[in-house]
Amino acid sequence: MSNYKLSYKSFGESAILIEWPSEINETILYDIVAFKKKIEEDINLQDIIVGYNSLVLVSRYKIEDIDEKIYLLNKLYHQAVEAEIQNTTHWEIPVCYDQQFGVDLEGISQVNTIDKKAIIQLHTHPIYTVYFVGFLPGFLYLGGLDDQLAIPRKATPRLRVPKGAVAIGGNQTGVYPAESSGGWNIIGNSPISFFDVEKTSPCFAKTGDKISFKSVSLDVYKEIAQEVKKNTYQMKTIL
Amino acid sequence: MITVLNPGIYTSIQDLGRPGFAHIGVPISGVMDSYSAKIGNQILNNESAAAVIEITFGGCQFRFNTSTWICITGADFNATINGVQLTMNSLVKVDKDAMITFGKRVKGVRTYICVQGGIQFETVLKSNSYYKGITPRFILRKGDELKLGKNPTEIIETHSKIKIPAAHFTSNTIVCSKGPEFNLLSDEQQERLTKNLFAISNDNNRMGYRLEEQLKNNLDPILTSGVLPGTVQLTPSGTLIVLMRDCQVTGGYPRVLQLTKQSINRLAQKATGEKLQFRLQ
Repeated sequence: MSNYKLSYKSFGESAILIEWPSEINETILYDIVAFKKKIEEDINLQDIIVGYNSLVLVSRYKIEDIDEKIYLLNKLYHQAVEAEIQNTTHWEIPVCYDQQFGVDLEGISQVNTIDKKAIIQLHTHPIYTVYFVGFLPGFLYLGGLDDQLAIPRKATPRLRVPKGAVAIGGNQTGVYPAESSGGWNIIGNSPISFFDVEKTSPCFAKTGDKISFKSVSLDVYKEIAQEVKKNTYQMKTIL
Repeated sequence: MITVLNPGIYTSIQDLGRPGFAHIGVPISGVMDSYSAKIGNQILNNESAAAVIEITFGGCQFRFNTSTWICITGADFNATINGVQLTMNSLVKVDKDAMITFGKRVKGVRTYICVQGGIQFETVLKSNSYYKGITPRFILRKGDELKLGKNPTEIIETHSKIKIPAAHFTSNTIVCSKGPEFNLLSDEQQERLTKNLFAISNDNNRMGYRLEEQLKNNLDPILTSGVLPGTVQLTPSGTLIVLMRDCQVTGGYPRVLQLTKQSINRLAQKATGEKLQFRLQ
């Protein structure tokens, strides 16, 4: 913790970009989380945007003396203690990998020479880490996809990817929280809601949380979808 | 109450947006040209965050079912009240059943109807700004009825008019600072980016403006990182994208420039085909 040589850059009139080495790994993630926590305690900001290896600190005001701010931030960084990633949750996300949802299962099966059952098995096996939320409200950037499932994004993105689509793009996997255009390969669909403005916390997951996907049948998918609609569905967590 | 008789191409309710929710992936949104919208609210003695109607490219008609005060700012689309030319950037008294109509374009793209006390509806994540997927609606439709603020601010009738600098609509200079990845460009690429003229393509909206001329490059994508309204992204194919108010919170393209806040406002008033030149601060 706190041993990285960070880069600080001015980012427009009222933001500062802090960068860690250009890698995706959990050591960096936890270092970012620890520093972010320290910054939140000490500085009042409009937004802190987390990336794989970065934080963007967005101030409500014009930043006048950038060098002084960077000096202070770096001092804070060395004070930040190991984040105890407290209150992190391991969520179980039901996914139906039926053909009617998994429209690209066949394609991945051919390109990666791996049968469809194995794709589902490899996708439901890992414990994924939530790095940050971006792209769309409630879209989780997850780390931990099995290398055998990595496949390039589609050359031409689809104009309409349905809400709940579970997909793979490059070495990343994720769930589309709303209908959107998108270039990832779709392997299934999750009936649960990843973003709901009616809720106190519109997005249940946060940076540092864990995610596992659980394969469910079409019937179970429909049952859960009904419960989600009636607002009676209880999110499952794993100890 | 205001009734929307004709919503035009793209009309929405906006305030100063939804800052503070980037951690759950929610864009900031808000008025595209905050300079113009703020002037309107100031003239009405409203709070600067009072919600206004943002009209893209005119073509709208509204009926006021209550008498009130308004101020119209931003793009000039020959606004009339009951058929009579209306003075922009000035207090305008509106009588019950008055009709406000927008006609032929004179200049700019986005017009603001600011109303005494602001437009009222239920805030979502602390803001009135329309955004697809966050608010129940993202554009106004024919027949919509808009409620006005309950506690009108005190208005003292004046005939003064704010003079808006012509440069806000005519200047092609877009002032920016270097983006985080600017220094990865070669000297020649940097020179082209800041010396050449770039035309606005027809792919321009509240999320971003794609530019016509390309900047050939061999920059690698970056690990997904934060972006802001005003960030200029450079795609591998060489397309420059200037992100605007509804932009996503993170992106993976190199960020080569960052517009000043005032330049975002200025760009919001430029249309397809208009040219711009980036100038480093």
